[in-house]
Amino acid sequence: MTDTPRLYLSRDAAALSVGADAVAAALPRDQLVRTGSRGMLWLEPLLEVETAQGRIGFGPLSVMDAKRLADAGFPEDDATCLGKVEDLPWMKVQRRVIFERCGLIDPLDLDAFEASGGLDGLWSALGKTPSDIVETVTRSGLRGRGGAGFPAGIKWKTASEAVADQKYICCNADEGDSGTFADRMLMEGDPGQLIAGMIIAGLAVGATKGFIYCRSEYPHAIATLKAAISAWEARGWLGSDILGSGKAFELQLRRGAGSYVCGEESAMLESLEGKRGQVRVKPPIPAISGLFGKPTIVNNVLTLASVPWILAHGGEAYAEIGHERSRGTQAYQLAGNIRRGGMLEADFGISLRDLIEDFGGGTLSGRPLKAVQVGGPLGAYIPADDLDLPMDYEAFAAAGAMLGHGGIVAFDNTVDMAKQAEFAMEFCAEESCGKCTPCRIGSIRGAETISKIREGENVEANLELVEELCTVMTDGSLCAMGGLTPMPVMSALRHFREDFISSDPKLEDMVD
Amino acid sequence: MPHEIDVVAKICAHHNHDPAALLEILHDTQEEFGCVSDDAARTIAERLNISRADIHGVRSFYGDFSRQADKPKLKLCRAEACQAVGSEELARRLSDKGIASETIYCLGNCALGPAAMIGERLIGRASVELLEAELADD
Repeated sequence: MTDTPRLYLSRDAAALSVGADAVAAALPRDQLVRTGSRGMLWLEPLLEVETAQGRIGFGPLSVMDAKRLADAGFPEDDATCLGKVEDLPWMKVQRRVIFERCGLIDPLDLDAFEASGGLDGLWSALGKTPSDIVETVTRSGLRGRGGAGFPAGIKWKTASEAVADQKYICCNADEGDSGTFADRMLMEGDPGQLIAGMIIAGLAVGATKGFIYCRSEYPHAIATLKAAISAWEARGWLGSDILGSGKAFELQLRRGAGSYVCGEESAMLESLEGKRGQVRVKPPIPAISGLFGKPTIVNNVLTLASVPWILAHGGEAYAEIGHERSRGTQAYQLAGNIRRGGMLEADFGISLRDLIEDFGGGTLSGRPLKAVQVGGPLGAYIPADDLDLPMDYEAFAAAGAMLGHGGIVAFDNTVDMAKQAEFAMEFCAEESCGKCTPCRIGSIRGAETISKIREGENVEANLELVEELCTVMTDGSLCAMGGLTPMPVMSALRHFREDFISSDPKLEDMVD
Repeated sequence: MPHEIDVVAKICAHHNHDPAALLEILHDTQEEFGCVSDDAARTIAERLNISRADIHGVRSFYGDFSRQADKPKLKLCRAEACQAVGSEELARRLSDKGIASETIYCLGNCALGPAAMIGERLIGRASVELLEAELADD
C-alpha cells in the first residue's frame, strides 16, 4: 500500500442515511473518491482502500473508526477490515451486467465511465441500423424489469415500425414498490448506464426525445441524474450530434409527486403530460400511441440499463445467461427484517431460500422468519416453508406469486398477516387513481371487511366476501393496482388463515 | 400577496409556460412557499392558459402538493419493508411525543429501515431518539 492510497466511499442515499458523509469528513479529502454503492447496505458506510492486491474493505464504519484507520494508515488487522471486497461471498457469486461499474467509479466522472467501457454499447449501436439494434435486443431475450416481464424486443419493434413525426423514450423511474431500491442505486451510482441505454433505445426506434420520470422521494437520484445529463450534454454525448454521429437525442428529467399509481405506464404518461396520474384504457398500447399520442417506449430503469451491455457483448451473450424463459440477470433486493440487506445482481434462477438464508443471513431480529413478500405491495406473501422457489417469472407465476421488480421483504414471526392483508387494501384505497370502480370502491370495501374479520365479526361470511371481492378486483380492474392488490390479500389468506380467525373474540368465547 | 404572484409567474416562465411541465411548476412553487395556494394556482392557470379546475385536480391528486403550508418536516416511511422492522411502533411513539410526521410509502431505503426523511436528508435505522436529535439539528 502506498502512503496515500486512493479511498472509495459510497455516496449512495442508503450509505448517507447511516452516516457516510460524517465518515467522509474524517478521511483525507484528496485521496477520497465518492462512488455508488456495492449493494452491501448492512456494511455501509463501507470504505474501500486501493492496494496492489485490489480494494480492501472496512465497514461498517463510525466516525471514530474512520479517524483511527486514517491515523494508522488503514491497517488490515483492524477489527473493521473485511478483506478484499471482490472476494466477499456476497460479491463473488454476482454477475454484474447492469451494475458493472456501480460502486467502482465516481458516478459523475465521465472519463472514468468511458475508460471502464461505458460507451462501448453506444458506439456499437451507432454503427448499426435501427433494425439491427432491435434485432440484437430481441435475440438477447431481455424482458421488462418493471414487473410485467414483457419482451423488450417486441415493444421496440412495434414502436420502430410505427410512423410518426415524433417518438419518445420514457424511462419509468417511479420505483414505488416497498422493498425495491435497485433503480435508485443505479441512478445514483452509474447514471451513464441508463442514459446510454435510453440513447440506444432512441436510435433503435427513431425517437429523438426522452424523459426520465423519477419519483420525488429520491432527491439524491434526481440531483445525480440532473448533473449527469448536463455533463453528457457538455461533452456532446447527448444533444443534436451524439458522439459526432449526426444523430440527435434530447433527454429531460421529470419528477413524480408522491403517487404510487404513476408507476403504471399509462398513468406515468398522463403525469408526464402534466395531468392527474389516471390510467388509460388500453389499447392503444404506448408503443403505438403513448406520450402526447405519439409512439412511445416505456421501459423500466433496469431494462434500459441492461441494453448497453447487450449491444457491447451481443444479444447471444446475454441470452446465454439466465433460467428458462427469464434471460439475463436480475437485481435482487433484500429488505425489511433481514440481517444482511442490500442489492445483488445475479442470474435468474437463484432460489428464494438462497437469497434469504445465504445472502440475507435470516432475520434482523433473530426471530424465526414467517413470510416474505416478493414483488412489492402487489406481490404475494410466501410462507417461510415455501422458499425453494427459483427466481424466474414463470416459476413465480405458477406458484400464484410474482417476481415483480425483484424486491424481497422479510417478516419475522411477530407479523400479523391479517393486518398485512388489511394494509394491502388500505394502500390500494389510498393510491388508487379512481378511474375504475373495482379498484376505487373494492379496495375500501376490502379494507372494511378485513377489519371486521380482525374484530371477529361474522368471520366466515366476511372471509367469503373478501374472496369474492378479490375475484371482482382481479377480473374487473383497469390496471395492476386494483388487479393485483388481491395477490397479497389472497396469499395471506391462503397461507396464514389462522391469523384471520385467531383474532376472533367470539370464537375464543365459544372455546371457553 | 404580489410577491408570491411574481415568483410563481417567474417559475412558469422558467418552464416555458408548458402545461406538460405542470408538475415541475407545482414542485417549484411548493418548495418556495411550502404549499400551492389558491392565489398561486390562479397565477399558474393564467400563465399556462389552462383552467383553475385543472390545477386543483392535479394539486389534489398528488401527495407532494398541499393547498396550505401545513406539511410536517418529518417524513416517515410506513410501507411494508419498514413495517417489518417496526415503523408502526415508531409512528405511535412519535405521535405520543407530539412529533408530527407525514406518512410516505417508500423512501427507497428498505434494507436499513425504518426510514425517515427531513428535508432531503435520508435517515436509516430510525428511532425516536435519533429522529429527535435530527429534528433538533435541522
